[in-house]
Amino acid sequence: MRSYVPSFELRSPATLAEALDLFAREPGRWRPFAGGTDLMVLLEAGRLEHRDYVSLWHLPELRFIEIDETSLAIGATTTYTDVLRHEAIGREFPMLGLAAAETGGVATQNRGTLAGNIANGSPAADTPPALLAYDAELEIVSARGVRRVPYEGFHTGYKQMDLAPDELIRAIRLRRPPHPGRQLYRKVGTRRAQAISKVCFAGRLTLVDGTVEDARIALGSVAPTVVRARLAEAVLRGRRLDSGTVADARRALAGAIAPIDDARSTASYRSRVAGNLLEEFLTGAT
Amino acid sequence: MKKEGGRVIHIACRVNAVEAEIDGHPMERLLDALRIRLRLTGTKEGCGEGECGACAVLMDGRLVNSCLVPLAHAAGASITTIEGVAADDRLHAVQEAFIAQGGAQCGICTPGMILAAIDLLERTPDPSPDDVRRALAGNLCRCTGFGRIVDAVLQACRRTSEAPPR
Amino acid sequence: MGAVGESVPRREGRSKVTGQARYVDDVALPGMLYGATIRSPAARGLIRRIEYDPSIPWDEFTMVSAADIPGVNRVALIRDDQPYLAEHQVNHPEEPILLIAHPDRYLLEEARRQVRIHLDPLPAIFTIDEALAAREAIWGTDNVFARYTVAKGDVDAAWGEAHLIVDGEYETGAQEQLYIEPNGMLAVATPTDGVTIWGSMQCPYYVHQALKALFGLPDERVRVVHMETGGGFGGKEEYPSVIAGHAALLAWKSGRPVKVIYDRAEDMAATTKRHPSRTRHRTALTRDGRLLAMDIEFVIDGGAYCTLSPVVLSRGTIHAPGPYSCPNVRVRASAVATNAPPHGAFRGFGAPQSLFALERHMDRVAEAAGLSPAEFRRRNFIRPGETSAVGQVIRDPVDMTALLERAFELSGYHQKRAEFSRPQPGPIRKGIGFAAFMHGAGFTGSGEDHLASVVRVEATADGRLCVLSSNTEIGQGTNTILAQIAADAAGVPMDIIEIVPPDTAHVPNSGPTVASRTCMVVGSLVESAARSLRSTLLTSGALAEPYSGADFRRACSTYIEQSGPLSASARYRAPEGLQWDDERYQGDAYGTYAWAVYVAEVSVDTTTCEVRVDDFVAVQEIGKAINPVLATGQIEGGVAQAIGWALSERVVWREGRMANAQMTNYIMPTSMDLPPIRVHFVEQPYARGPAGAKGIGELPMDGPAPAILNAVAHATGVDVRAVPLVPEELMAGMTKEE
Repeated sequence: MRSYVPSFELRSPATLAEALDLFAREPGRWRPFAGGTDLMVLLEAGRLEHRDYVSLWHLPELRFIEIDETSLAIGATTTYTDVLRHEAIGREFPMLGLAAAETGGVATQNRGTLAGNIANGSPAADTPPALLAYDAELEIVSARGVRRVPYEGFHTGYKQMDLAPDELIRAIRLRRPPHPGRQLYRKVGTRRAQAISKVCFAGRLTLVDGTVEDARIALGSVAPTVVRARLAEAVLRGRRLDSGTVADARRALAGAIAPIDDARSTASYRSRVAGNLLEEFLTGAT
Repeated sequence: MKKEGGRVIHIACRVNAVEAEIDGHPMERLLDALRIRLRLTGTKEGCGEGECGACAVLMDGRLVNSCLVPLAHAAGASITTIEGVAADDRLHAVQEAFIAQGGAQCGICTPGMILAAIDLLERTPDPSPDDVRRALAGNLCRCTGFGRIVDAVLQACRRTSEAPPR
Repeated sequence: MGAVGESVPRREGRSKVTGQARYVDDVALPGMLYGATIRSPAARGLIRRIEYDPSIPWDEFTMVSAADIPGVNRVALIRDDQPYLAEHQVNHPEEPILLIAHPDRYLLEEARRQVRIHLDPLPAIFTIDEALAAREAIWGTDNVFARYTVAKGDVDAAWGEAHLIVDGEYETGAQEQLYIEPNGMLAVATPTDGVTIWGSMQCPYYVHQALKALFGLPDERVRVVHMETGGGFGGKEEYPSVIAGHAALLAWKSGRPVKVIYDRAEDMAATTKRHPSRTRHRTALTRDGRLLAMDIEFVIDGGAYCTLSPVVLSRGTIHAPGPYSCPNVRVRASAVATNAPPHGAFRGFGAPQSLFALERHMDRVAEAAGLSPAEFRRRNFIRPGETSAVGQVIRDPVDMTALLERAFELSGYHQKRAEFSRPQPGPIRKGIGFAAFMHGAGFTGSGEDHLASVVRVEATADGRLCVLSSNTEIGQGTNTILAQIAADAAGVPMDIIEIVPPDTAHVPNSGPTVASRTCMVVGSLVESAARSLRSTLLTSGALAEPYSGADFRRACSTYIEQSGPLSASARYRAPEGLQWDDERYQGDAYGTYAWAVYVAEVSVDTTTCEVRVDDFVAVQEIGKAINPVLATGQIEGGVAQAIGWALSERVVWREGRMANAQMTNYIMPTSMDLPPIRVHFVEQPYARGPAGAKGIGELPMDGPAPAILNAVAHATGVDVRAVPLVPEELMAGMTKEE
């Protein structure tokens, strides 16, 4: 334990309104703390620079999964376990369920939260590629009100996001009915379980009479943020999935990613695997 | 700065079916509160980063790594540690199976592993070997290679299905 | 009905499954302080200045530097070159410089980070090549800790007669032992009372010896007590002397008990790892595929201080030519210094490194000769009566070909080798490969003579039989198998046997718990001593055959009442005819070997180059399985650890420091990364082993890496040469082939 624990504060307000009030009254002083599976690791490593946290874990307003005709809304502090056990998510948004099941082991899944995974801002997070591929929307709340933003564009740079110091993610919304079609979620980690991803792929495409009507290609761990490979998607739209299309899409993908060498993997491995996963997805070889 | 100060909270929770009151810092690890304040040293620290599972306990019926749980989150919770698994002198089926199958070698991962196994069997009474491996993937064992552990869990679920309810 | 050969449940099993087993961090003493170590931030340099941040109340702390050391500031081991605390110069990142202690763990940690060490950097070296080039001498005059040469026949003359010559170079990386319980020690020490240490360790008498020198104390004023130890694998063989010394120094200076527990990051970055290695093979074959000459150059990287490098080198050297018959063999081996934290003991101890190179090379030699890997081995396996490279006549009735066939039968090798050699559609390429090897049990050569191990067996007044040895339970089953052996030797049920906890105040020095010697060497002494005590009772008339356990107990009580204490000792004596020449590195290197063939079946996903081990078969001849479940557990665990070494456990080095010192980034296998490991024992009793048993603890580390890489080569056609074979490396190899 490499931190001076007594110097850290964790307040536990009883309601979301109380929590938002704290953020509003002392902007910049407070940061949110959900399940703690990222923040506590930093605390123990002596790398948690901020001191004062507001716990969201027990707030009933943030843990829910609600379905209506046009959307599925997942509350911010819904855990990975809740997500991967949810029948409708498994049926309609299977990549999200898979992503949740790939994140850590059972104990991590029981405490890690969806909004925490997003707001931690790591490009290696496991659920963001699936959320991007599903055109997710974020509902962001503060004492000043509520706003909704497309998840795409939320991450503005490495660990930078469109979230003011007094704001919290309240929910993640997915549009219903879901698009039919081929989907592939694949995380390439450092091992088969309990692994940080080296490359994470989430792809969705709709074929009509053998022609691509629409496509989403999202990747994690290959850029400073999770990315959508819009150029590759554009290449695919309106074309048949022949070898020429696949090769063109692969080339376009290379332009969308900027992988690095780090303690876990190399830029060249990540580049190659990203392209291979795209090919695997497009050729339906899974 | 550091020498004094730091808010101390007072929380009440249930540990191994007994009411417990703990005074500690809000960001203090539940692991330390259990081991040092309550002197329940059966839960172990292997890594301090939530990777090895040696610190696993059951909190409100779910397996968690206690090195990643701040004390403030334990308020009102019902916690089971390894010390709470056996009923007085009678070992749990999982514990007996670990002994019979050689599931414990050095023993340091064993408390967390047993809780993870109990958590699995409560959710999936008849797991396949793959189910067992998946459920225990968050509990690292350096000694056994997992063969004896998987066999122990499978033995325990056979016993549990044959035995009368506890 | 005897206990030996039965899968008797582990003695301390109940305490381990209930959480009652007590490891060092579970203990707190009144008035105890926590201790921490201030370490070098860089690889090599002169200590210019130490800066203490004024925000910390330093007057509350106990501070220890080299100046506080009462005895000698050197860790007593082989060369005594490693200081407990650096004084003027540091030679590796994380080198200990200062010790601090305080009752508040949190403040202690804060203080540790508020000490700044200012160094004047010196040139540092980090690779084997840099060490050998010796442009900078960082240890001695030439950076070489030790050298050995093995010479049989005349290698140089053989090249001219060779039908075929095959070269190869192979590398292995460092590996972290990664016991799940980090290093820890608890010390009570004062100038008046001496030093007492409790902690996590494999060898209480190594620590005892080291502390005597550190404090300048005689035997009886140092006491070392082994506590339940959460894994060792060699990582707690010699390193504990360092952390014990540190805890004791803080206790000595403060007058309070001191507990030092490493957190995971510190343990990974600062303590010993497996020696990285590089092996070069040049092999000559005759026309009919027989080995004519083997020329082997074997180098290991020992890090900044000597520790056990000469002994690791020794074992690696002797195992380098493997289980083959070859008339001309030369092994030139050296252990070199670099500015990394010193490397040290890790299961296998040099043999996994040299056997990896050998068995990968043998597959390549077979291919060059147009022979299958199996046929090549059959033509060259050593046979009983033949002589090894160091001149040892093989007396074991070993039949390697039979082991090979058994392993093939269990794994379906022939059919799979043929099937996977055909073109495989889809992204998954399967392969199957094997390794043939042996592992010598006990200390090399005259090592056991020097240890002169002693075991004692004592009867208590109420008729229990106590076994006193310094060999420790670290998970491998010491407590249980020694009790089984003692019970059978005395002819009594196990429940009257008590294994006395290894405490140097109470037990004799039966040597360290290393080198796969606890069962074979120490177990044999336990067997002797127990038999001897039984003899005494029978001879005295207090006991007559046949007898029950109750009879035995009564006889002990009677004997003790009438004649006084009842005990028996056994001291190690080398087997008749065993000869070893340390100068010429020739003779009987080990009393016996365990022999093995391991088969690995793999799938390579060419999309990602991830390698999965789908099936693993481990066949070994081990003399006698004292406890089949425990023995199986040793093999399964060793194979798992070796699978990690082969495929994922990469240490990332930056300027001599381990950059991935977290369990998140140092990748050991989880339950999902391992196949069921199928273990098969063949038993040919070894006359000098207890009930015929040989040592097996390290054997399973030697085979998996070459078997797996041979399988990957089969699957992909890539000539892989190094471990860990991470996907990035395999992908580089596969794309080069395209």
